[in-house]
Formats: sequence, structure tokens, C-alpha cells
Amino acid sequence: MTTATTAPPAVPPHLRFLEEVSDATAGESRLEMCIQCGSCGGSCPPAADMDHSPRHLFAMIRAGMRDEALRSNTPWICVSCYHCVTRCPQEVRITDVMYTLKSMAIHAKLYEDSTAPDFSGTFVDMVEKYGRSFEFGLATRHYLKHFPLHLPSMASMGLGMLTKKRIKMKPKKIRQMKQLRAILDRAKGLEDHHG
Amino acid sequence: MAEYLLYPGCSMDSSARAYQQSLEAIAGPLGMTLTEVDDWNCCGATEYLGISTTPAYALIARNLAIAAAHANGPRTLLAPCSACYLNLAKADHGMAEEPRLNANVNEALAAGNLHYEPGSVDIRHLLDVMVHEIGLDDVKAKVTRPLTGLRVAPYLGCMVPRPDYHKRWSDPEHPTELDRLLKALGAEVIDFPLKTHCCGGHMTQIGPDTAYELIRRLLQAADQFKADVIATLCPMCQLNLDAYQGATNKHFGADFEIPILFFTQLVGLAFGFEAKELGFGSEMVKANHALKRIGVEPPPPTEEEERTKRRRRPRKDSKSLPMPRLSGERGAIDD
Amino acid sequence: MIDHANAPGPDGAAKERIGVYVCHCGSNIAGTVDVAEVREWAEQRLAPDGVVVARDYKFMCSSLGQELIEKDIKEQGLTRVVVAACSPHLHEQTFRTACQRANLNPYLCELASIREQVSWVHSDKDAATAKSKAVLCGAVQRVAHNEPLEPLRVPIHPATLVVGGGIAGIQAALELADAGHPVYLVERQPSIGGHMAQFDKTFPTLDCSACILTPRMVSVGTHPHITLLTWSEVEKVDGYVGNFTATIRKKARFINTDLCTGCGICQEKCPKRVIDKEYEAGLGYRKAVYTPFPQAVPKYPVIDEPNCTYFIKGKCKACEKFCPTDAIDFNQEDELVTIEVGNIVLATGYDLFDARRVSQYGHGRLANVFTSLEFERMTNASGPTNGKIVLRDGRTTPTSVGIIHCVGSRDRNYNNYCSSICCMQSLKFAHLVKERAGATVYNFYIDMRTTQKDYDEFYQKVLEEGTLFIRGKVAEVTDAARQPGEEGKLIIQAEDTLAGKQRRIPVDMVILSAALEPRHDAKAVGKTFGISCSVNGFFIEKHPKLDPVATMTEGVFIAGCASGPKDIPATVSQGAAAAARVLGRISQGEIELEPVRATIEEAKCSGCRICNDLCPFNAITFIEERMVTEINPALCQGCGTCVAACPAGAISGSGFSNEQILSQIDGLLMLNVEHAAAPAGV
Repeated sequence: MTTATTAPPAVPPHLRFLEEVSDATAGESRLEMCIQCGSCGGSCPPAADMDHSPRHLFAMIRAGMRDEALRSNTPWICVSCYHCVTRCPQEVRITDVMYTLKSMAIHAKLYEDSTAPDFSGTFVDMVEKYGRSFEFGLATRHYLKHFPLHLPSMASMGLGMLTKKRIKMKPKKIRQMKQLRAILDRAKGLEDHHG
Repeated sequence: MAEYLLYPGCSMDSSARAYQQSLEAIAGPLGMTLTEVDDWNCCGATEYLGISTTPAYALIARNLAIAAAHANGPRTLLAPCSACYLNLAKADHGMAEEPRLNANVNEALAAGNLHYEPGSVDIRHLLDVMVHEIGLDDVKAKVTRPLTGLRVAPYLGCMVPRPDYHKRWSDPEHPTELDRLLKALGAEVIDFPLKTHCCGGHMTQIGPDTAYELIRRLLQAADQFKADVIATLCPMCQLNLDAYQGATNKHFGADFEIPILFFTQLVGLAFGFEAKELGFGSEMVKANHALKRIGVEPPPPTEEEERTKRRRRPRKDSKSLPMPRLSGERGAIDD
Repeated sequence: MIDHANAPGPDGAAKERIGVYVCHCGSNIAGTVDVAEVREWAEQRLAPDGVVVARDYKFMCSSLGQELIEKDIKEQGLTRVVVAACSPHLHEQTFRTACQRANLNPYLCELASIREQVSWVHSDKDAATAKSKAVLCGAVQRVAHNEPLEPLRVPIHPATLVVGGGIAGIQAALELADAGHPVYLVERQPSIGGHMAQFDKTFPTLDCSACILTPRMVSVGTHPHITLLTWSEVEKVDGYVGNFTATIRKKARFINTDLCTGCGICQEKCPKRVIDKEYEAGLGYRKAVYTPFPQAVPKYPVIDEPNCTYFIKGKCKACEKFCPTDAIDFNQEDELVTIEVGNIVLATGYDLFDARRVSQYGHGRLANVFTSLEFERMTNASGPTNGKIVLRDGRTTPTSVGIIHCVGSRDRNYNNYCSSICCMQSLKFAHLVKERAGATVYNFYIDMRTTQKDYDEFYQKVLEEGTLFIRGKVAEVTDAARQPGEEGKLIIQAEDTLAGKQRRIPVDMVILSAALEPRHDAKAVGKTFGISCSVNGFFIEKHPKLDPVATMTEGVFIAGCASGPKDIPATVSQGAAAAARVLGRISQGEIELEPVRATIEEAKCSGCRICNDLCPFNAITFIEERMVTEINPALCQGCGTCVAACPAGAISGSGFSNEQILSQIDGLLMLNVEHAAAPAGV
């Protein structure tokens, strides 16, 4: 047995990404418990459209393939349906890890296609401005930026929604926007320092 | 009368206004008083969590803090929208389980003079309350117009039955709560195999092709099992299946015509309300056939709708291929 | 060595002569603890407590090390021995026996653990050495108060109770009976045979299960030394090893077994058909009066009272009308039988996981999803389909079959252990489907576990036959078709992890290899026999590697799947092992019990009876005539609960008296040593 206390060896470089992802996930991710069974990849409804199945992505994370993992479109295609989480035999918090990867990819600016990050970003801008989501503003800005050619075909659906009074053209604002902004600013500050 | 706090969510007064209308109509007969959380803010849907963790949870927690602080208020918080329901439950659960998150979120809330102690409010879904608190016997007693002969596919979507932090549902994949409610209303309930499968969520905006396929699967399964309507409980699911049914049809060269209703609308019909009072007419795929089947007058089209109907011409998407039809679908070879 | 032998102790009384032995255990202890310093310290500072000799040695447990102790006892006239070494669990017996060889009562030897309690959990050398001194001091001060004790000797009754008539129980019963000793075999079903009687073929040899099992069953049924009690359950067990008294409830069969010839006419004529949930796993039917299968041992049927028309409505009695020997007796009552045995073997087997819990696999909702036991019954030649592989309609042969591994096993949502036999069982199913239905077969697995003799060769054989293997835990089984070719089929959706693709495989039939779980009432049964269950619900063995058939309760043994999932060879081995242990006991004729027991000082007992209900071993009885409580030393396990509870302090535990415990605490705190004058240089 050991006779003297020594400092634990530094985390080998190829394991650091796994640690990074685990730390950034609120709570236990249990990524290290994955046995690569494929339940998640088998359950995922949009798996066919993903660069890598969730299982494959986790194998890449454990192998330390930081660049490839953060460039993968997988977390952006995830629809948060929680089928994988319910079925995972090792209780890996798959959907939470997907959210983590999204924000890591945004911070590192490592995504191939900015449609999804931009959509989230625009949604969040609206919420931070009004306190409520503003679908009309979100949709127009988003389509103008990413799917300008789709606008005409979307227009007919949009018109239908308008006539049925299912979409509002003016945003609604909450009373205490100042309070909300103060809360979000403080939260952002805490996030940056990884409190 | 049982008192509940209500967190409506951003879609209730716009894209899901039929949900709001029908919910308001049936609340009385069900003995529920709903008090809206004061000055509530958006829950962030599935968007904020992908940007930044602490702000996302703080955004949600502001609502929890306000709800908890309702003086002498009821402890149960109802969230009719699935994403809102999940977010509220997730934030409450996360703060209870993770001391680090709890500390950070409460520090952020303090900047707005708010505080939230996890567990202070009991976040429940309307369907859960109807089946497990109010009870189906009470519901059945209020039925004056049973939905006899209406074949309904119960569709819960993915975010209500999962993840089930407090074990409210009978099963995370095939829960029976909506089936049982619809049966109590007298409807013919089909054993819908995709009842908790995803509708595509926000992929309609980000990756439409992915979304269309997910929507197609649901419509096709409902068609395969010969449903007249799909009953849903989520504004996003209703939007995707209803408003994008046309786009999905175009993409695959299909011709599904399945009305997508909120379950509260069906409850309202069974309770004897008129279609107009329950937000009928706001759905893109008209529910008139279904209404006629149970002897209800569909609401008359508005003037604007009449005008736009005359002007619209169907346009074909030149790139899509025709979708082969399965046996049992309308227009199939062996039909 | 300084001789303090004749110096008076702090209280002036004559002292014990204590030998202290500090073990190096190679570098296990010596690497962290300064053993030499501890030895020297004991010699100097503990001399006032009676230490006359202190030694250190590399491996005290070696024969040379033991000889050191024996020599010192003889030559130094030692009256007490303390060995500072590893945990007593390992070598307490070793050193006690060494003392005994030198004619010192073994209970005058104390162990101080300075390995598990010190060197293996601390890394600071100075602190570890100081702690070792304290631990040693505690043992030295305690041992002075040890009394010589004699173990209890109890006779062993030669009869054995075997609970469970599956292959494990059958094996144990036959070995004991063949050795000439009486055996009571109790089985709760109407016939012995257990799960093995349900199977068709067994892996890897593809032996017909019934063909290898039924000869054993017949041997049990006709053996002169075996009393077979089927349709019976053990209700109560009293006593202790060598002397158990068991009360068995023989449930009413409503058949007079003296008159019944087993002709089977009653079953034929019975009008009430019910689904056979036990033997046929719900896939077939039986009558309300039935024998579970044709080769049942014993051959006598039973009447299923809750389902019998006569018992429900008062009408019918067709069996009685047609029985040629008048053997039907509707007035028969349960019978309670009391037996005396020396040892008990629990071989109660397993229950199959309820696959309906995995709702995404559709068992119970989708007609053509079958569990492993359902499929065994289907392939069995005397099963509900006469061995034909067909769909739930009873007619159609499947053209494609999917077999899913790990249903309810290796899954934290259900059972987090591996059920050991399912990979081989799934391969066996694949082989049978190929052989009898010629269908396309897919096996969905996470890992292939084919570990025992001839198992991997079996895997090779199945590969050669053309079964397709997909590595991926199945996500769901559905009837919702998505594209042409899927209508009317069951679709298995899984990620083919090796090909890296999500696949949907349409099949006609799905077989779920479900987990092996403990019996639903395992906990209650364990309680009846005084043994515990692990967190997974299986019975706990005394040591998972070195003592897999014994339990912490002397005289109670476990065998087979009752202690965890295992295949037939392992089950048979365990049945035989349990029998061998019992035979060893019987041949010795008596057993020694640890003398660590509680005793009541009658003069101090006020008859308050507080202790009466506390004893977990039912060892305490109240004597009305004398108004005092008494403890049965043979039942007492020395747990100490009553000792602590007695408000009058009338109960003491031999081997754990108040003086012993308190002086050990004082020693640990080094209260007396601190104030002793330190000899120069220490």
C-alpha cells in the first residue's frame, strides 16, 4: 500500500473533455457510466438526420474528440423528447448533456450550421427584451436570416394564423422588466465564473 | 371549489387560444378556480437552456418565486403548456437536488428581491389533476353530450409524461390517463402506439425536413388506426400537427386531413358547450366533420376566412416525391 | 526484555502475564506503521498493565509466528495473549488455536486490528503509529478482564429439511438421502421439478430438459429416505443449528392420496378450464383439478379451490362422480406437520421478471411479443402447441423472429445485475427457431456472455446456422408502420451500434429474454428461516467467494437461483455443496457454538420483561414461577441488544462484559498510560 501522500496525477489530455462536459452539466451527468448499449441512438426520433447518434457522440466525448463533438449537429437536432433518458439502463442524463453541448458549442463558436443557435439566440433576445416570447418577431427575423426563400410559402400559413387570431403582431411586455433584467444579469455573471 | 395557481405560458393567448378558451369554459364545471401568477414571464421553452444554464433556470425560477409568494395562495401550480410544465418542474427539481444550482439561482433571484425555496409549489399538469385529484367519476357526472362514435387518438407528446420527477403518470411511454379521460367522455379511444412520440418541437423552424418526417409519422399512425381526431395537450404539438399539416402533406405528396384538437375542447363538447365557446374555428385543419359526427354545429367561418379561402390556390412543391400509401389509408390500392 | 512480572500493578493486585505480538504483515502494516516502535512502546509503557514480553515479526500467522506465541506461553507462563495484526475476521481462529495448542484457553487471546483499522486507511506514518499504540493498549487492557470460556456443544439431528423441489433441492435431497440420512423435501407447487420442468431443451448440450430431470424426480419420489411434502409450505421454524423444529402446512389437495391412482379421469371430466399461470406461464390452460404436467411427482392432482365450481357455487362435483376409487374429498382440510431436523437447505429458485413493465417492448399489449418462459412452453413437446413455433393465433408459423437480450437486466430502471443465463438462452432460442420454423432470426444484444464450458462453441454453432446478430439494446417494439414492408409486422427499432445506424427490423414474433428475479416473497421466507436478503432481494451467502452455500445463520444453507441467477451446472453444484456441508455436520455428530452469549444474573433480575420482546433470535423466555427472565444459550447469538436494554444491568455478555468494554475504551484513550512514569529513553 502507499506509504506517502502524493498529489493525484494530472487528468490526461484526452479525458479533459469528458470532465469539462460533466462539470458544465448541472448535477451528475453520469457520462462515465455509459456502456454504449445504443438505447439512446435506437430511441431518438430524428436520429437519421444527426451527424452522430447520441451514443456515438458520447463515445467521441469520452475519446476526447472535442472539436468534432462540438461541431456535430447532433445536439441541435435533439428535440428534447426524453425517450433516451427514460430508457437508458445506466441513467445517463442524456438530454441535459445535449443542452450543455449546445451552450459549449455557442461559446466556442464551433458549429457548422448557425440556424439552430441563431434561432435560440433570437428567441432569448425577445425574452430578454419583453419578458415574453414574441413569435411573430422571432419568425420574421429567423426566416429573413436563414430561410429567405421559404418566406413566400410560409406567408400563406402565416396569413391563416393571423386571420384565426393565433399570432400577435405586437409583442407583450411584462410590468417588471427591470426586475427580470437584474435577475438575468446577475445570473449571467455567476455563469461566467462557473460558481 | 378547489383553488389553483395558473401559469398560462406565452402561447395560450395566441397560437393556443383554443386551449385557453376551452380551459376557461370547463374550469367552472370542474370546480376549479384559476388564479394567474402575477406578472409571469416566459419560461424560456427549450431555447434558453441551450444558451446558458444559470440564466435559464433563473428565468424559470422568477415565476416559481412569485407563485410561492402569493399571499395565502394555493400551493398547486397548474401549467397547461407542456414545455412550461416541464421547465417549471425541472427548475424546482434541479434546485432541490443540486445545492450549487440552488445557490446560484437564488443569488440571481436576490438581485430582483426574490427567493424560491424548492418544493414550495406543487407543479401539476391539468390532465394529472383532472384524473387523479378531481377524479373521473366527477368528470363523467358532468357529461351531457357523450362523444359516442368519435374515434379519438390520445396524444400526450413527450414532455408531459417524461421525465416524471414525482411519479405522477402511470407509465412514461404508454400512460393511460388521457385514454381513461376520453373514455369517460364517451369517446371511442384507439390504442395509439405513438401517443408519447415527439412532434418535432421547434425543428419546424430549424430543420423543417426533420420536423415534417416526425409529423408525418404521427399523422400516418393516426390514419392507420382510423382516428377521426387527435386529442393533444400541448400547444406546440397542436401547432405542429395542425398548422404544419398542410406543409407536411405538400412535402410528402400526402393528403392527410385529421383535425387536431386540445383535450379540453373535447371535455367542453362533452360538457355540452357549443363549439364557438371552445375555440373551434381557430384550427387550420377544420374539425367540422368530427363535430358533425357527434351532432355539434361547427362555428361559421369568419368574413376574413371567407375572403382568404377564395384567394388561396394550392401550390405544388416540385422537388417532393409522392408518398406510397399503406393499406388502410384513404386512396390506397387495396382500399 | 524487561521483566516486570513481579512488579505490582497500579491497584496493587496480582497481574496477568500478557504477551504482545506485533505483526509486520510484510509491508502491509510495516509500510505505514513503525512496528518496532510499537513493540518497544508496549514493552516499556504497558508493562504496568501486565505485559511481560513484546515481540514483532514479519508474518505472525505463519507457523513460525504461531510457534513464537506457543513457546512464550510455555516458557514465560503467559496467561493472556494479544496479537496486533490484521482483522480478526481473518486470523482470530488461527491465533486462538495456537493458544489452545499451548494449553491456554483460546478466549484469553485478543486481536487488535492495526491493518484494516490503521495501516490500510491512513497514510500519515506518525499518526498511524500513534493510533496503533492506542488500539494495542485497548486490547491489552481488555484482555486482562477476559474469562476462559468453553464453547457450547450441541448434538446434530441427522434429518434435513430441504425447501424447494427444483433441481437444486432435488440434488441436495438425493445426495443426503443416498448417504442414508432422512430428508424432508417441501415444495409449494403440486409437483416437484421447478422451472427446469418447464423447459424444452437445455444449453449447451440441447438435452431434453424433462428427459434428464424426470429420472431424478422419480428417484426422489420413490426414495426410502425422502419424505416428499408437495403442495406444502413451511410456516414456522424454531430452534438452532442441529435442533430445528419446523411446522409445515400441508395444504388440502382435496384428494385422498391413499386412494388416488393418478389415472387422470378427474382432469378429463372437469368442466372448468382456467389459464395456467404457473406451469404454462400463462400460455396454456389447465382444469380446476389438475396435475401440472404428465410426469408430475407425486402423481396426485390437486383441486384449485378459488377456481373450482363446487367451491364457488356449490354445484358440479364431476370429478367425484367419475373417480373410480372415490378419492375426491371436498372436506379435506389443511394439515399441520411438525418435524425435527438438524439442518435446512433453502433452494427456492427464482421468479421471472414481469416484462410488461418495459412498456416500450409491448408485452401484454402486442399479441406476438412473448417472454422467455412463454417461449419455452411453446417449444416444449408437451406444451400448448405441441412444440410447434406459432404466433399468438395458434396457427401461423413466423417467417422472422427477433430475440431481445437483457430485458429487465443490467438496467438501473429495473434490475441492475446481469441474469447470467439469458445470452445462452437467447442463443438456444435462435437455434430452435431455425430448426423448427426455418425463420430469419435476429438477436439483439449488448454483450455476448458465453463464459462456461462449451458455451462459446455453442455461440459459434448458432453463428454458423445463420442467425443475424445486431449489437444494440432495443429501443422499442411497435406496430406503428412507417414505410412499406412494415404493415402487419412488429417492428424492432434499435441502433446497430457496430454499423452506426438506427435500424427498424420488421418481424413476426418477438421473444424477450427476461431477467431472473428473486421470488416475490423471498424476504418473508428469509425471515421465517432467519436469513437476510441482499439489496437485490436474493438470499445472502456467508461469503460470496469462499462460502457460497452457507449463510450467516448456522445450520441454514442456500443453493441454486435463490442466491442469485445461475445456470443448471452451477445450480446442481450448489445443491451438492450444500448437501456435503450438511453431511459433514451430521458425521461429526455435534457442533461447537461460539460461547459469546448473554447471561442473566438472576439475583439482579427484577422481572420487568423489557428484554423479552427485544431478542431477534427468540432466545429469551420468562419464567413465571420465579418471575425472572432466562436466556437459552444455544439460541443466543450474542448480539448484545438485551444487555444494553436491561435497566438493572442484570444481563452481561460473556466475552463482552462491562469491565471488558470499558477498559478497552480507557485503553484506546490511553488514560492510564499517560499518567504512568515513563522509563528513560521512551
